[in-house]
Amino acid sequence: MNDRQRDTTLLDVQGLRIEALTPSGAAAVLVENASFTLKRGEVLGLIGESGAGKSTIGLASMNYTRAGCAITAGRILFDGRDILNLSEREGRALRGARIAYIAQSAAASFNPALTIGRQVCEVAIRHKILGKAEAKQRAVDLFRTLELPDPETFGNRYPHQASGGQLQRAMAAMAMITEPDLLVFDEPTTALDVTTQVEVLAAFRKLIRDRGTAALYITHDLAVVAQIADRIMVLRHGKTVETGDADDILQHPRETYTKQLVAERAAAMIGHFIADNHAGEAPVLSLKAVVASYSSLNRAVSDVSLELKRGETLAIVGESGSGKSTLARVVVGLLPRESGDIDFKGERLPPALHERSRDTLRRIQMIYQIPDLALNPKQTLLEIIGRPIEFYLGKSKEEARERVLALLRQIELPESYLLRKPPALSGGQKQRVCIARALAAEPDIVICDEVVSALDPLVAEEILGLLRRLQETLGLAYLFITHDLSTVRRLANKVAVMRKGEVVAYGETSEIFSPPYHPYTKLLLSSVPEMRSDWLDEVLQMRSFRD
Amino acid sequence: MRLFGHKMSLKAQIGLAIVVINAFAALLVPVIAPYPEADVLGRAWAGPSAEHWLGLDNLGRDVLSRLLYGARLSIGLSLLITALSFSLGVFGGFSAAVLGKTADMVLSRIVDLFLSMPALIFAMVVLSVLGTDLVVLVVTICLLDATRIFRVSRALAMNIVALDFVEVARLRGEGLWWIVRREVMPNAVLPLVAEFGLRFCFTFLFISALSFLGLGIQPPSADWGSMVKDYSAMIMLGVPTVFYPAGAIALLTIGINLVVDWLTSQTAAEH
Repeated sequence: MNDRQRDTTLLDVQGLRIEALTPSGAAAVLVENASFTLKRGEVLGLIGESGAGKSTIGLASMNYTRAGCAITAGRILFDGRDILNLSEREGRALRGARIAYIAQSAAASFNPALTIGRQVCEVAIRHKILGKAEAKQRAVDLFRTLELPDPETFGNRYPHQASGGQLQRAMAAMAMITEPDLLVFDEPTTALDVTTQVEVLAAFRKLIRDRGTAALYITHDLAVVAQIADRIMVLRHGKTVETGDADDILQHPRETYTKQLVAERAAAMIGHFIADNHAGEAPVLSLKAVVASYSSLNRAVSDVSLELKRGETLAIVGESGSGKSTLARVVVGLLPRESGDIDFKGERLPPALHERSRDTLRRIQMIYQIPDLALNPKQTLLEIIGRPIEFYLGKSKEEARERVLALLRQIELPESYLLRKPPALSGGQKQRVCIARALAAEPDIVICDEVVSALDPLVAEEILGLLRRLQETLGLAYLFITHDLSTVRRLANKVAVMRKGEVVAYGETSEIFSPPYHPYTKLLLSSVPEMRSDWLDEVLQMRSFRD
Repeated sequence: MRLFGHKMSLKAQIGLAIVVINAFAALLVPVIAPYPEADVLGRAWAGPSAEHWLGLDNLGRDVLSRLLYGARLSIGLSLLITALSFSLGVFGGFSAAVLGKTADMVLSRIVDLFLSMPALIFAMVVLSVLGTDLVVLVVTICLLDATRIFRVSRALAMNIVALDFVEVARLRGEGLWWIVRREVMPNAVLPLVAEFGLRFCFTFLFISALSFLGLGIQPPSADWGSMVKDYSAMIMLGVPTVFYPAGAIALLTIGINLVVDWLTSQTAAEH
């Protein structure tokens, strides 16, 4: 591609307005007056929280809207052609051949019954762009560029035979097979572990740069977009906050909202460690050589020994599949341990849930990752939060109601929410309700299983702040399970790093996160994206030296 | 118009109107029926007249009166059977979902045994051997229906039991009965109501089929299935009487299905 071609405008969006038809009939505006241009070979990052309209804009660039939404104003020129006036058939042809989409969850986008290779080649063959043999050859080339294992035979695998990171790369191959002019990436690395994210991100960047493809990169993570985008557009509630060069936005944000986003992300990486000021106290919870497994073949948790004191936060970090959530299930008794001891306040905890007394159950509470699933959609907040009060503490209905109102104040929700049901709450509010339900039992220990990973960064920050304040006032001990190292830095006194069911490093946060590192801790730490555009290059260089 | 807190479509309203009219007819029979169901009033197959709007039947009984009494028996019986089989099926299905693997295994295999036999054949055998008593009829159809409802409610409960909020209740130490009543049931009501409507239709058609075969409701009681049987031969001679009970069966089935379709779509929209 020569320079003249590179400078031509590929996508020109002006005054785009997208509306949704709500059940009540009135239209809600999802995107208002969005305008941007994209040159050939350029990457534009769309940044914002959920509900900001970034995916909606991404899909609209392909002349596609979700069911119940419609483009009501504006103009989209793709390569000089107005694509909003295309017929359904022309639109499909355009989407298959010249614009391609990469979704957040590749695992959900692949058909489990067909081989990956067949699905990758399908578009090109269907649109008669390539013959069968050619398509296959190009797929192999793409697999090689994307550094997938055994590129020649990778296509013969079924989706379940590939890992999440591999599937995400295979999805990029599927998008690139027709050599489109524009790629739309919709949060393609959000569902991946940090260590995998680095590899996938590097593969994507190489692919785009090698072929000079223009791209829209949608994400909520500023540090990720910093690695890949030339320009950034910040969105909030469907409106454009600001647009500019990637470096400019990251280093000199102009608008308050952008400043907030940047500051939040930066705070994740610095800040002082929380000291362990509980030396000498007797632990509330102590695990000694705990072993547990789901099947006799492999151990999910092996030989884990940990201690948790009053008012302290112990973080358990690791990639998915490292056994950290399993450990939580063993502690609460959902998965009885096979051997080893768990002591709670000096007394041995029975392995299985049904052997534990009601009072023991009350003292250990758990908060889940996805508040949508953890709250019964048919119950009111009064029922949800009030039940533990009646059940454990034997309070009357009136007393429970008073206590629920007090708890609502404590989690900073208005009292008028008392009779609302979960579907009427936002994600952050739902997680607050889960916290209130745990607090209602007046526990000693709260197990937090990835409690903020399903939330937007600013909302997550608020929830973490709430948890911290509650710990200070109530002296709670947290067992904090997470894969997000920045959360650990800000919240935990102690850290246990898990890998394949074993604890590979355990100690005070300041010890674990300062040299000399355990090699695996170092890998995890170096995989957390930083908000510099040269971060990815550095990490890749560092790894190539080591290999 | 709203039902269960959801707005009703025009089709659903038409369906509901049909169902309500039928229900009123069944309830108010003794008041509105012009003649008793079994009285012979004139010449067989007399045509429609001012006294007998739909004419007389094969024995000279008033067709309109029989149609109304038939509504009472057919609808009442179907309602009773569906209610009983639902109690049994939902109880069994939920038990299988929450009691653990062994209970699920035992209950599911028993149900499989029933499901392996064609329902109509099974009912015909039982009714031929034990006689065409009303109690036998109710129990037989109830058992057969319960197996199908067991399948549906088991699957439904399994999906709900797998959600985190049920685990939360378990962790709290709640009893099974509380979990089923407060956590599972509220989330299963709407799909179960939709299923109830469908099952009611099937039971209704099933009784009609059995009556048509002579194994269902016995004369002189009127019911729509046996009316179709009694009147069907005359269609060759141009007497249209058979269309009234047959049309009534079709109309009620369509009405219920319109309501059920709407309920199902509401359930889908919720998820």
